[in-house]
Amino acid sequence: MKPTDIKDPEYFHKVVDCQYACPAHTPVPHYIRLIAEGKYPEAYMVNWDSNVFPGILGRTCDRPCEPACRRVRVEEEPVAICRLKRVAADNKGDVKRLMPQGPFKANGKKVALVGAGPASLTVARDLAPLGYELHLFDELKAGGGFMRSQIPSFRLPETVLDEEVNFILDLGIKTHFNHYVASMKELLTKDYDAVFVGTGAPRGRDLPDLPGRQEGKENIHLGINWLGSVAFEHTKKIGKNVIVLGGGNTAMDCCRTSRRLGGENVKVVVRSPFAEMKASPWEKEDAQHEDIPIIDNHVPKSFVVENGKLKGMTFEKVKAEYDAAGKRKLVPVGGPDVFFEADDVLIAVGQENSFPWIERDCGIEFDKWEMPVVDEKTFCSTNTKVFFGGDAAWGPKNVITAVAHGHQAAISVDIFCNKKDLVKDRLSPFVNLVSQKMGIHEWGYDSEVVIDQRYAVPQADKKVTLTNRKKEVELGFDLPTGFKEAERCLNCDIQTVFTETKCIECDACVDICPTACITFTENAEAETDLRAMLKQPATNKTQDLYVSDVLPTKRVMVKDENVCLHCGLCAERCPTAAWDMQKFFYNVTKAHTHACSK
Amino acid sequence: MSYVKPKFRHPELPKNKLGYTVDYYEGALSTLCAGCGHDSISSAIIQGCYEMNIEPHRLAKLSGIGCSSKTPAYFLSNSHGFNSVHGRMPSVATGANMANRDLIYFGVSGDGDTASIGMGQFVHVIRRNLNMTYIVMNNGCYGLTKGQDSATADEGSKNKTGQVNLFESIDLASLAIELGATFVAQSFSGDKTQLVPLIKAAMKHPGFAFINVISPCVTFNNNLGSTKSYDYVREHVEATATMDFVPQMQEISVSYDKGSQKQVKMHDGSLITLNKLAEEWDPLNRQSAMNAVLNAKSKGEILTGLLYVNPDSKDLHHLIQTSDKPLNSLVKSELCPGADALKEINAGLR
Repeated sequence: MKPTDIKDPEYFHKVVDCQYACPAHTPVPHYIRLIAEGKYPEAYMVNWDSNVFPGILGRTCDRPCEPACRRVRVEEEPVAICRLKRVAADNKGDVKRLMPQGPFKANGKKVALVGAGPASLTVARDLAPLGYELHLFDELKAGGGFMRSQIPSFRLPETVLDEEVNFILDLGIKTHFNHYVASMKELLTKDYDAVFVGTGAPRGRDLPDLPGRQEGKENIHLGINWLGSVAFEHTKKIGKNVIVLGGGNTAMDCCRTSRRLGGENVKVVVRSPFAEMKASPWEKEDAQHEDIPIIDNHVPKSFVVENGKLKGMTFEKVKAEYDAAGKRKLVPVGGPDVFFEADDVLIAVGQENSFPWIERDCGIEFDKWEMPVVDEKTFCSTNTKVFFGGDAAWGPKNVITAVAHGHQAAISVDIFCNKKDLVKDRLSPFVNLVSQKMGIHEWGYDSEVVIDQRYAVPQADKKVTLTNRKKEVELGFDLPTGFKEAERCLNCDIQTVFTETKCIECDACVDICPTACITFTENAEAETDLRAMLKQPATNKTQDLYVSDVLPTKRVMVKDENVCLHCGLCAERCPTAAWDMQKFFYNVTKAHTHACSK
Repeated sequence: MSYVKPKFRHPELPKNKLGYTVDYYEGALSTLCAGCGHDSISSAIIQGCYEMNIEPHRLAKLSGIGCSSKTPAYFLSNSHGFNSVHGRMPSVATGANMANRDLIYFGVSGDGDTASIGMGQFVHVIRRNLNMTYIVMNNGCYGLTKGQDSATADEGSKNKTGQVNLFESIDLASLAIELGATFVAQSFSGDKTQLVPLIKAAMKHPGFAFINVISPCVTFNNNLGSTKSYDYVREHVEATATMDFVPQMQEISVSYDKGSQKQVKMHDGSLITLNKLAEEWDPLNRQSAMNAVLNAKSKGEILTGLLYVNPDSKDLHHLIQTSDKPLNSLVKSELCPGADALKEINAGLR
């Protein structure tokens, strides 16, 4: 194999599994170390720069980082990254002084942001310090989008949401709440230099053809609309017997909210097997903890309505079968249909995009699924003035993805307003690599690997939380536990950097490595051959091999990145400092940093 | 300050026949200098014991004094150990072996501990053919007292201060052959492919098995002009053979493409397969082995590999005809069989 090019920032970026998996590429180990050092405002600001909503995400993030965590491969449970972010947010103190301070010198450009969800708010935050005049439109009475209307207060207290939304609005954003933008055409006639669309995926999927849907409509609700109506306090109660249809996180929010509004006998009924439900495992656990059974493998057949009143629903029992390609088919198992009693039914079987307000003749092309055609890198639609991001761009994802989109769209808006090239004038990420050597047995990071297992986040008493919709269930880590959890982080951003010209091939690193990552061997042409030749064969192909140039004995050094603990012992035992532990910092370029470097 | 070896190991580590992964044979974290050859030898011993499926409680590690003699702390934490007096490890090993012949005895010594202060003990333990493995971690200097030349430093070799050694070195391997050792090998700490099978074969050898391992001292003897530096040894190493050790008649399927192959069958049916690289050398012939070592030396080469083996070796217990049962497990009725037995013996002497 050819020597690994460690000058390519993406090589070491991939080694930082959590950061690589995060759509916004938040420098996770960096802020976890700051938490361990008690530097909560600093940890918060690292997050704020990268993901804009640390307090919100520290409670509600889908956490793609956690399944990617190296700890999963080494022991079992990942570091509680998401809840550590909350530790930083809960203890941040006064951080406003660390944020850009307005008023900013106007640059004379005006941008309209449609929808006040995470994508638009991110664009607003990134562009405000550059002097843009930003107009934020939303049909609801406050900013936050689905973070406000769909995420229940017992998971995300309103105070937390308000604080982080206001950090952005306070940068001088001109808000137009309770204002539904009804026509893109009209918006384009106004003097905006650019338009950003962050309207999410606002339409809940229905089951219109199911028998009884019309007759029972008084007590059949679309999950996301119902949640919004609860959030704005239009809906305050629900029947005793509730069925929630669907297996995603919205279904989990619906059932748990029902329990708080008077639902005593609440159940979730889902078509797929339990293990394949879309909801995050921890959300399923939380629902079950609140005495909500999840009944899987049941396909809804009809609503049972008697005398104009909903009585319940019938379901057909199925089982999952898989064809050779692994494609799932739900096959009836036979037997009579199952009836469940219900006073109310909540349908949470997915949501979709809807753009009734965008005329199809204003230069924005739509595809056959009625989705706008958007460039994946620049977030630009076929109308060069209009940009999309968040769920509005490619359908429902999550908050952190919307934030990642927002950063990129903001860069595009800025480049566009400066009449430059959206692709060629984009900047690379900021990267840095610095040795952590401080002395004998001394490193600039806490290299000791602890064996503690993941700490559980304490929860408030169920008796209290189930009677008060606004009482937050999770209490967050206290500081001592937060510290211990932070210590579980393996510091994957402290890279093992190898300099072959210094190596004397004494084998000290091979002998000391606790997880048998390092091998000195003859080279092989094909990667698969080399993987098999290692001291401990490298079977995890998603993890790269770090291959050196040829050494004096004609061999090469090969390091399997898979289960490296970043403990620094290879560098510690290296007599010539051919191995060094170097801190790798990778930060996605944002519109304001982009502007500084111009 | 964080010099701690993590507890985590590679999750896919294979298990040996006893169900242990290799880390079960590890010891404490080494306090030797970073890059010390001794650590590589420790690692080879760990690997060898793991591959040989040795139950750790069946092995006793013994050492004297010196950097080398610290190493038993760094391997086989679950085995017996005795860190004895400087140069006196062979006496302790002899005593232990006499008392309990059932254990595997693994001695670790250095060039100072063997070739200087312990020379008297060393030559006599060879003569007696005590059943043990004796490894010398040979770095040609006294590392623990800041790198003075040892008795194995080659004449003309330069030390770190630039001083040239004026004295003829003691060649431990040829000395061992000369004195009648029944298993003599030489190796290099930086070559585990060779060292591990040698250690495995040595542990199986019924008698005194000697391995002289050149093990560079990175701190005091890894300079230009030294004949025991990593670079010098790598440039001058000449292997007798590539080797494979197959314990107790497992099926072997090793294909060698060149050179002549020789198999040495050991007492218990184990096989040493040697793929000969050196010309005119017969590992079963003491004279030939001696010549090969001297020839290499005259060419400035360091001959490594298995140099000499006597598969018919008879160890000390055999020579002095001790009881088959370990002495330490003999009970009173066996040791003092009573007046009747004495009468019988006396009657036989009339």
